[in-house]
Amino acid sequence: MSLLTVTDLQVSYGGIEALKGISFTVEKGHIVTLIGANGAGKSTTLRAISGLVPIKAGGITFDGREITSLMTSSIVKEGIVMVPEGRRVFPNLTVLENLRIGAYLRHDPAEINATIEYVYERFPRLKERHWQLAGTLSGGEQQMLAVGRALMARPRLIMMDEPSLGLAPLVVKDIFQIIQRLREEGITILLIEQNANAALHAADYGYVLETGRITMEDTGSALLNNQKIRDAYLGQARKRRTETV
Amino acid sequence: MLLSAFCKIAQAKRLSVYVLLISTLFVGVYILENTVGANSMLMMVLKKGAIYALVAVAMNLLNGFTGLFSLGQSGFMLIGANIYAIFTIETGNRAQVYQYYGGGIIQFTLPTLVSIILGGLVAAFFAFLIGLPVLRLKSDYLAIATLGFAEIIRAIFQYDGLGPITNGSNLLRKFVVFETALFPFAVAGACILLIALMIHSTYGRAFKAIRDDEIAAEAMGINLFRHKQMSFVISSFFAGIGGALLAMYQTTVQAKAFTAAMTYEILLIVVIGGMGSISGSILASFLFVAASEWWLRFLDNVTVIGTFKVPLMRSGFRMVVFSVIIMAVVLFYRQGIMGDKELSLHRLGARFTRKKGGADHG
Repeated sequence: MSLLTVTDLQVSYGGIEALKGISFTVEKGHIVTLIGANGAGKSTTLRAISGLVPIKAGGITFDGREITSLMTSSIVKEGIVMVPEGRRVFPNLTVLENLRIGAYLRHDPAEINATIEYVYERFPRLKERHWQLAGTLSGGEQQMLAVGRALMARPRLIMMDEPSLGLAPLVVKDIFQIIQRLREEGITILLIEQNANAALHAADYGYVLETGRITMEDTGSALLNNQKIRDAYLGQARKRRTETV
Repeated sequence: MLLSAFCKIAQAKRLSVYVLLISTLFVGVYILENTVGANSMLMMVLKKGAIYALVAVAMNLLNGFTGLFSLGQSGFMLIGANIYAIFTIETGNRAQVYQYYGGGIIQFTLPTLVSIILGGLVAAFFAFLIGLPVLRLKSDYLAIATLGFAEIIRAIFQYDGLGPITNGSNLLRKFVVFETALFPFAVAGACILLIALMIHSTYGRAFKAIRDDEIAAEAMGINLFRHKQMSFVISSFFAGIGGALLAMYQTTVQAKAFTAAMTYEILLIVVIGGMGSISGSILASFLFVAASEWWLRFLDNVTVIGTFKVPLMRSGFRMVVFSVIIMAVVLFYRQGIMGDKELSLHRLGARFTRKKGGADHG
């Protein structure tokens, strides 16, 4: 059974239909990606699953449990955590305080300390800088912190909103390595990206979102090789045209 | 393991140093009071400074640590001051105080500490009620709504129809006041300690997270409204207690004294001390009270040296100089005196021994 099942999800903001009924599933242990242009509804999808925006119609089940009408805090407790777009670490809190906020809904001090050690093991840089204010970290370090903060809630599903946004290409490579490693540890990942190339390379399965509708779905590699996708999202259309000239 | 044991010893040592410092402070205040006299300028400034420190720290909890720009402080202080005064006037004196309202309808007194806490609780209750609608507003709108609330509260307490309880726009007097400066120091100190503990708890961390980034805080599962409400109610509770202490300090209370100007004074203290610094607020409130009520007092007097009349010095000039000083402080210390740092022995020690790195490994 799928870990996350979204059925006919509809979301409207002030009269504008951001999502016009999308359905997709995320299998346990997979990396699933939603790709699409600006305004296609990718971020709205994640925000709706997190309970941050009201849902007009449709259903969301997580591990067999209905979570459509739950509050964000309950959804985080169920094991779904979002890494928001633009990292959004707490700039005036230290790295350690940021991590502790990630464990806000947990009440087991000893276990929380163990999770902090677990995060430090994966991101030694965060341990080195644990007393530094998060606002003074580099972009890549902030992204590591945002992922580490999400891990503090011991999630079963991490949803990442544009993790490569505004980062240097080398750092983007690091971030995707981190995503792969999280999957190897059994964490399921729902990834949304404008960097469709990197996302599809990493993903087991992908969905293409266009103005609030899912228009295509397939395995990551199949979508990578799909001519329409290449033309629309992988920026190779122009290249091909110049080649033929 | 060894390291944590070491940390514990260091912590215990630090704690004992603080206990020592605090007891020295109290002994110092006691000795001072008995040498310079309880009604000397110095003691008046210390007493009012301690009370303002509490009110400023309470405001800082909301404005500096939770990032909610509220301007209702004087309203909550008014509630605390009036409730305290109403319930501690001796029954024998009520006929005299409530002379226009036939002695009032409340014919009993409560113990001093109970009344102080009651003042805080009533302020907190009002904060809870008005928080329900106004905490959904953001930044400027929240400031305007709370400012309006303070004005309404002031009008209600002056309303003639409530005279039998509030004494309308007349003075409340002959209530229990403190004899020694140790009292405001002890109450304000205890309250500030409670606020500090709150800020260092998980709740405090959540407040700071909300201040830094509401969306991220919400995504981490922090209930925004509940935490804002909590911060608002706690801040108002302590503002109410501060108001009760202020009533005791003034020995009389009149609702019309709790104007928006009073809120601005406290806001000024918070900004000058540093948004998000408890020690900054404490430091700034003593400096503010001393400068505005004592050190600059001489500027208000016409001064003649020999036959030379010093220009500009006349009644009101003090406030001009005071404003210039405040502008200078804000220009040179953008973040206030302390920024969002705290005054700690660790840090001071590091400064005196000229060691770098005052980071607190806690």
